[in-house]
Amino acid sequence: MASLRVRGGSVPLDVYLNVAVGGVLTGLVYGLMALGLSVIFGVVRVVNFAHGEMMTIAMFLAVVLCGDLHLDPLILLVPIAAVLFAFGYVLQRGLINLFVTRPEHTQFLLLVALAIIITNVLLIVFGPDARSVQTSYGYASFQIGALIVDAAKVYAGAAAIVFAAALFAFFRYTLLGKAIRACADNHTGALVVGLDVKRLYALTFGLGAACVGAAGTMMVLLIDATPMLGPSYTLLAFVIVITGGLGSMPGALLGGVLIGVTEAVAGLLFTPSLKSMFAFAILVLVLLFRPQGLLGKRLA
Amino acid sequence: MIARLFAGVSPRAAILLAVLLAAFLAAPWIVNDYLLTVLIIILYFAYAGQAWNIMMGFAGQLSLGHAIYLGLGGYVAAMLFTQFGIAPWLGLVAAIPVAAACGAIIGFLAFRFGVTGVYFAILTIAFAEFARIGFDNWGYVNASSGLFLPVKQYVHNDLWRLRGSPAMFYYVILAATALVFALCHFLLRSRVGYFWLAIREDELAARAAGINTFRYKMIAVMVSASVTSFAGVFYAFFYNNLFPEQVFSISRSIEIILGPIIGGIGTLFGPILGAFVLTGLAEALRSAMTAFGVDLPGATQVFYGLCLLVVIVALPDGVWPPLARRLGVGKGGK
Repeated sequence: MASLRVRGGSVPLDVYLNVAVGGVLTGLVYGLMALGLSVIFGVVRVVNFAHGEMMTIAMFLAVVLCGDLHLDPLILLVPIAAVLFAFGYVLQRGLINLFVTRPEHTQFLLLVALAIIITNVLLIVFGPDARSVQTSYGYASFQIGALIVDAAKVYAGAAAIVFAAALFAFFRYTLLGKAIRACADNHTGALVVGLDVKRLYALTFGLGAACVGAAGTMMVLLIDATPMLGPSYTLLAFVIVITGGLGSMPGALLGGVLIGVTEAVAGLLFTPSLKSMFAFAILVLVLLFRPQGLLGKRLA
Repeated sequence: MIARLFAGVSPRAAILLAVLLAAFLAAPWIVNDYLLTVLIIILYFAYAGQAWNIMMGFAGQLSLGHAIYLGLGGYVAAMLFTQFGIAPWLGLVAAIPVAAACGAIIGFLAFRFGVTGVYFAILTIAFAEFARIGFDNWGYVNASSGLFLPVKQYVHNDLWRLRGSPAMFYYVILAATALVFALCHFLLRSRVGYFWLAIREDELAARAAGINTFRYKMIAVMVSASVTSFAGVFYAFFYNNLFPEQVFSISRSIEIILGPIIGGIGTLFGPILGAFVLTGLAEALRSAMTAFGVDLPGATQVFYGLCLLVVIVALPDGVWPPLARRLGVGKGGK
């Protein structure tokens, strides 16, 4: 791959295609992560500024379990999502619920404090070095014609779609999912008809955390885990969610794919360090010209 | 003018201010070099927090990207100094319009296109990140290798070029903090200040009452950005280096705003008190760790985070409002 990166010369079209497909698959995992943020904000109306940090928890869980117990990250997906669900549930029940009606800047400070604690606990426990996982398919790839895709990316992208689809089905078809959507639509109305809003909020925060947990588990197939990853992935989640439309579930996935492809192609055309600039450029354009996001409902 | 500055200050508050100012003025003769450096950092955060407070505490616009004004101020003054030998005070004359223009651009786009609340906060982060990556790849300002200011042993303090001993830097930032305190006191009692408070409390009602909310929000952003740019100039000349990764990073924006939130948002004493509490806490934790022989990277930060958590849970309005009631100096410096 590296030898194909000819700057100034003509890059063959199939290189673009390969990079774009890789970007789509990475973007699906980004999208699943952002989906968690979107679900939490859409219902609880709290912006989770510790989102990327929660993902690093999942990444380290995956690295440790994969390294010590030789379990495949794909098998770990559901257990780690369940652990993060419990974490999110307890967090919302015990702490964040106090802040639901408080002003935004105090919510922000609360979650920043949480983010600081998470990052540094991870730093104490695992040290500052980057950790990665070894899988049997780590160097494998699929080839379809001129298209060559890493097997790990294909599995990660597919798992992200399955997880997102399951969440989508939960919100759409189960009674509990409908109750949560009712809370999001009309808080007072939900109270009036006798819904236990506090519990539903905790469930929602748990589900959002489970998305991050699943995304983090898949993320170890794509990048190395370090305790310092948090802030940049929190920002990435914001960018994706706002691009796709805050509160729109397909929007989060679409935003993730869009940002994933943009980053991949920008990394090919320019220096890789410039790639996130394009993500922020997209964010600014979306905020100004389509503030409800690509798939979001028009704001009242 | 002087009379107007002291209008509405209760005798108790005046005494408190006088004692505080006297203590600050005398500090360099009493404390050692280490504590003096801590005091400089406290005053720097008090200053920057006060600057941010103009936008959030007064006008209610939550900016999480103030690092951009800090970085622009620092870079403009440092470039003028290293490339053309222009003194920082003249550099400040260039830095202020640059920061104000940047604030105006962000403000114009946000307010014209109706970007509010959380969306506005994230837009400000986006601009700061944009600047960080841009400067990181901009060869003229040395990109990610950073800018360094010449460091020499100075026989005497050169106040004009901001080269000298910690004591000089201390008095510079003390004067700046006192000035911005007076400015905020004055602003809060001005027509603009009342309009800002009206916008903060209820923007729709403010507009209905005939306030041109767009104009006054723009003024808030531009004043806040201008005031913040000096913090950047000070940062550059005090630390003698500038890296885009550091000066534009989101953690710079966050550390500026922790002080006012912990101290009490929208109050005059809040940012100062918050800076004291937070920097004091961080330094105390670090000393305690050293004293107990704990060498665990991150442990200090975990405690710091826990303390933030406790304060924000226990005192949602910050430390100053309840303290002010206790001291009998009115509601948060008013």
